[in-house]
Amino acid sequence: MARITMREAISQALWEEMERDPKVFILGEEVGVWGGTYAVTKGFYDHFGAERVRDTPIAEAAIIGGAIGAALTGLRPVAELMTINFAFSAMDHIVNEAAKLHYMFGGQFVLPMVIRTVGGGGRQLGATHSQTPDAVFAHFPGLKVVAPGTPEDAKGMLKSAIRSNDPVMFIEHATLYQVRGEVPDGDYTVPLGVSKVQRPGRDVTIVTYSKMLEISTKAAEILAKDGIEAEIVDLRSLRPLDMGPVLESFKKTNRAVIVEEGWRSFGVGSEIAARIYEEAFDYVDAPVRRVAQKEVPLPYNRTLEQMALPQVEDVVQAVKEVL
Amino acid sequence: MDMKKEEHLDLYHQMVLIRLLEEQAAVLYQQGKIGGFLHLYIGQEAVSTGLISARKPQDRVITAYRDHGVAINCGLSANEVMAELLGKATGCSKGKGGSMHMADVKKNFWGGHAIVGAHLPLASGLALGDLYQGTDGVTICMFGDGATNIGYFHEAVNLSKVWKLPVLWVCENNEYGMGTTVERASAVSEIRQKAEGYGIPNGRVDGMNVMEVRQASLDALAHIRGGNGPYFMEVNTYRFRGHSMGDPERYRTQDEVHCWQESDPIGIYHNYLTGEKIASKEELDALDVQVEQEIQAAVQFAENSPEPAPEALFQDIYYEGERE
Ligand SMILES: Cc1ncc(C[n+]2csc(CCOP(=O)(O)OP(=O)(O)O)c2C)c(N)n1
Ligand SMILES: [Mg+2]
Repeated sequence: MARITMREAISQALWEEMERDPKVFILGEEVGVWGGTYAVTKGFYDHFGAERVRDTPIAEAAIIGGAIGAALTGLRPVAELMTINFAFSAMDHIVNEAAKLHYMFGGQFVLPMVIRTVGGGGRQLGATHSQTPDAVFAHFPGLKVVAPGTPEDAKGMLKSAIRSNDPVMFIEHATLYQVRGEVPDGDYTVPLGVSKVQRPGRDVTIVTYSKMLEISTKAAEILAKDGIEAEIVDLRSLRPLDMGPVLESFKKTNRAVIVEEGWRSFGVGSEIAARIYEEAFDYVDAPVRRVAQKEVPLPYNRTLEQMALPQVEDVVQAVKEVL
Repeated sequence: MDMKKEEHLDLYHQMVLIRLLEEQAAVLYQQGKIGGFLHLYIGQEAVSTGLISARKPQDRVITAYRDHGVAINCGLSANEVMAELLGKATGCSKGKGGSMHMADVKKNFWGGHAIVGAHLPLASGLALGDLYQGTDGVTICMFGDGATNIGYFHEAVNLSKVWKLPVLWVCENNEYGMGTTVERASAVSEIRQKAEGYGIPNGRVDGMNVMEVRQASLDALAHIRGGNGPYFMEVNTYRFRGHSMGDPERYRTQDEVHCWQESDPIGIYHNYLTGEKIASKEELDALDVQVEQEIQAAVQFAENSPEPAPEALFQDIYYEGERE
């Protein structure tokens, strides 16, 4: 076990997979000479060379479309979108190509590709650069969408994503790169599409993922001082969505709070709440609560931005409401 | 070029104001008073100063996120620019936009857009609005070299030609899109050749020389106003600072930067003004001092300005009509 940052975990996964399989290569804006705008691919260009660490023009559609084409020939591209906000410039290729080709051509087209990108607010980057539109991407069958919240999961899931034969959108969080955690030694993978209990508890189920795992964990610590033991289920993958651990926990606690960073309407919480009502209605002791971003484009001003983002206190409050 | 002395001094004043405002902004950023991204225009001041000095009030201006200088040239005060950088209610976007999203529609400044290339189709639309409504306004659209590699650029530029839209496309070729040189990202390194492909008349200008930029802009605007459709200007320039704050600048040498700093646009203009005996060194020095005071006043104004009220969070999501 080593204690490393999220950045190191992601970087190691990429490095090890590139060492392991010459078909794996990276393409994206500033991934090479710059070393990645979040420094994830620092040192890669010098080690693997310009052929395998390809700086692209600012051309998101060509990055994703190009990755799709290369994947169809059997390569395993890891296409980096500098932030998820720029994924909208590649939406057609993500949604109409990547998510459809395998199915639409009767399984002939195989796309072993990863779209690595970064989402999240809280850095005063303003409305266009602070979004958490994970649910938008999770809407599309044919695409896998994952967003780990710990270094261990990030490393293991990125390896699984690279080895997967389906297009995987791997969403990192801009404010998690410095977070440290224990990571197993050697080569290991964490499967995609498997939720995990990150903190056991008996009184209430908190369902969350990515950055909000950190927020929820802090809330759980505060609640524990009041004798309330929250069980935290980390979704890790939004599609495929593994409801098993969520339902199992809910059947025990009969109460749930769902915490996500994106907007509430049509969000991850909406989906989880609906599934709880559909699949565990008899166990419901209180209305399921959702904690999410206020429904505004995120403002630049620090105070307003923090008002709009889900805070630890919001989670504590929501838990108290369902108890 | 037929310019009165006051006009020259005004342009010089604008360039120095941009320079000192941004140097001050960099300090405030280090102090944590400005957050988010901060893209400085230092080194490129002659481009927007010369360009916008050539516009008429009915001409619209739209640009990317490197927008503080453009805002000043469009007539926004140092106070409201500084206040926006500090996220205050008195900022030009009420503290909601920040560095990358400044605008003042009353001054015909249509923003500050942070998605690379995304504002180019908007420029075509602004120009369509003027064409449709029979005004003689021209839309001036500024963007970087890097932006010419994204599809939006090609769609917008093509449309402007097909519909004969009154747009002045201005590519600020500062040699890099973040850390990627033009040669590594663009099929042609003379960007104006891209306009050639769309049959749009075009030219290339030295962006370190404010007088040259101004003359080329006057000519281009006259051409467009004559009903001839779009024109494309490539302006060669260089940013002296990193792409944004905290840029490790591994992609270029300090020698290269110093070499470009030899042709500092403010220095070049200073020499022109004194060389042509338009203004004395003392007069210009006095202006420099005046600008320093203006910047200090702007910082004070911004620091003393109120934060946006909490209610502001939910204001302006949708049109709410006139509100006091
Ligand atoms: C669609 C999109 N992709 C990527 C980015 C990130 N980004 C911001 S500025 C920039 C470089 C732009 O270079 P250029 O157009 O030359 O303008 P300059 O910064 O040199 O003024 C990049 C890649 C973005 N904002 N939008
Ligand atoms: Mg550039």
